[in-house]
Amino acid sequence: MSAALTVWIHGIGLWAPGASDWHGFSDIVAGKAEPSASTRPNADILPPNERRRAPESVLLAAAVAGQAVHMSGLDVATLPCVFASAHGDQAITDYMCETLAHAPRELSPTKFHNSVHNAPAGYWTIATHCHAASSAVSGGHHAFGACLLESAAQAVADDRPVLMACYDIAGSGPLGEMTDSTGAFAVALVLSPHAQGAAARMDLTPEPGNIGTQASGDAWLDTLAASNPSALSVPLMAALARTHATALRLPAAQGLDLHIDLGYPA
Amino acid sequence: MPHPMSPLAIRAYTATSALGRGLDAHAQALATSRGGLRPNDISSAPLDCWIGRVDGIEDEALPRPFAEWDCRNNRLAWIALQQDGFADAVRDARHRYGASRVAVLLGTSTASIGATEEGYRRLDHGHMPADLHRPALHTPHSLAGFVAAVFDLEGPCLTVATACSSSAKVFANAERMIRLGLIDAAVVGGTDTLCDSVLFGFNSLELVSPTPCRPFDEARDGISIGEAAGFALIERPRENEDAPLLIGYGEASDAHHMSTPHPEGLGAELALRDTLERAGITPADVDYLNLHGTASQKNDEVEAALLTRFFPATTRASSTKGFTGHTLGAAGILEAAITLLAMRDGVVPVNLGADSPDPLCGPQMAWQAEQAELRIALSNSFGFGGNNACLAFARQGVPA
Repeated sequence: MSAALTVWIHGIGLWAPGASDWHGFSDIVAGKAEPSASTRPNADILPPNERRRAPESVLLAAAVAGQAVHMSGLDVATLPCVFASAHGDQAITDYMCETLAHAPRELSPTKFHNSVHNAPAGYWTIATHCHAASSAVSGGHHAFGACLLESAAQAVADDRPVLMACYDIAGSGPLGEMTDSTGAFAVALVLSPHAQGAAARMDLTPEPGNIGTQASGDAWLDTLAASNPSALSVPLMAALARTHATALRLPAAQGLDLHIDLGYPA
Repeated sequence: MPHPMSPLAIRAYTATSALGRGLDAHAQALATSRGGLRPNDISSAPLDCWIGRVDGIEDEALPRPFAEWDCRNNRLAWIALQQDGFADAVRDARHRYGASRVAVLLGTSTASIGATEEGYRRLDHGHMPADLHRPALHTPHSLAGFVAAVFDLEGPCLTVATACSSSAKVFANAERMIRLGLIDAAVVGGTDTLCDSVLFGFNSLELVSPTPCRPFDEARDGISIGEAAGFALIERPRENEDAPLLIGYGEASDAHHMSTPHPEGLGAELALRDTLERAGITPADVDYLNLHGTASQKNDEVEAALLTRFFPATTRASSTKGFTGHTLGAAGILEAAITLLAMRDGVVPVNLGADSPDPLCGPQMAWQAEQAELRIALSNSFGFGGNNACLAFARQGVPA
């Protein structure tokens, strides 16, 4: 059966506790380096004053998106983007709910406009002067797979490259006990329908049912993968880091997996 | 760059807002120019403003099988799904295509955050109280997860949360997936309910009017927030199609400011051009445009200028936020439904609430309700963060 969608990966970005970028992560996966002390995500694509004030979710998303776009060499101002997160900025949601419960009139206007799920997409398009379509999506626990399917569909449907970034931060307060997110993790991909200059190829096919996640046996990767919903992408990212041709399944919705055949240009 | 798209059929659609439950309540309000705003009686602390509230949500818990999803936002979604035969149309699509071939693509800005707020108001020793210990509610995906569960659908399931353009953009998601053969039908739409986050949030930005909102009035002084749910079932047209059609959409970004529109409406204009290209039409083909028209100072100024410079006087235009309030993430689908009703009934809705028109407005504005044959109509939806969307529809029986 032929794949429903074929996209080529032109850029990759990643931030994990202990791996400040995609190259750092690749070296750890290849056994060439150990996880390092965590660093603040380097979102140098944002103007300095925005970078200072930006909430963690925006920094994280902009950092990985910046890495992926840099690797792709594409013109960021014309690149449509899809930002995904299961839970958005949980620290801000925790602040909002806490403040609303006690002193609703003291709600910070800056926190409020940073609380919208599309804050990273907004800051990103402003910083990069991008007038193309931008989106902010969620798929709950399946946010990464849902975002991958949507971004690949957009790239193929409109025959143009698309930037996707999927991020989640650690939970805070009573909300954090509901979301069960123990750490921050983010990943970005530039997907294109065209092969030239690509690092890897993905054939994507939706498959009914969820087969669930399997431990890889690598303690660091398995702990990472369990840290938040965006980190469900870890098996895919580890395979990409190893440049292994492989097949895997990731959840895209309740009752729907994405079968991914990962290959590399000859 | 976009090619003209093949039209898609809107097999069923529905809306519930301050104007009432279902399409007839909305059609009647539009025909009689009767709005649904009332003084704020819902926030947990007093706030002097007007709201568009749906009556009766408090009294209607979800049926027992869906009890774990129970909250104001999902209740409103449930109420809307029961109107206009919509739920039956979805079940029929599931029966025809299979559970994994029908997508659920829904927009919301705050989903069921009202339930999270409530939990924080009555924390149990610093933890979420036991009755709200329901993780599925405390996430932006609560609405889409709930609707997929209601119909036992197992296709793609996506939440779009781009603030006030959310439930317009889902039409674009659906078109792409249907065109690529990933799915055969999609439940699109969205729901947002009144909660402290948005009432006090927009209040903190000084964007809320103390009076009923007055879109495009020269003395307008801010928005009135409302709640709404709306849904549409989209699929490929049949031969001799008699359903209304989605004929185009556009999406673009301002790249200007998080909470202020681009001064020349650049993103809005790009979204409009994208829409016209995909629909294969020109401004002169557009009989009606439902404006975003929030009654904020900046939005209406920018949008009025865009309308005046882009469209001939034969294009009729109005904001309907004076009827319903600004329903945020549900505005896209609510105003899509209003636009489809305007075409169905041949009624241009009045731009309710404006007594002294802003001189920036051109001859396109409908300051009173009008009777007119509307064959092709557009709906604008612009969100925080400079996120712009536009939709194009054709009346039933009108080939695109």
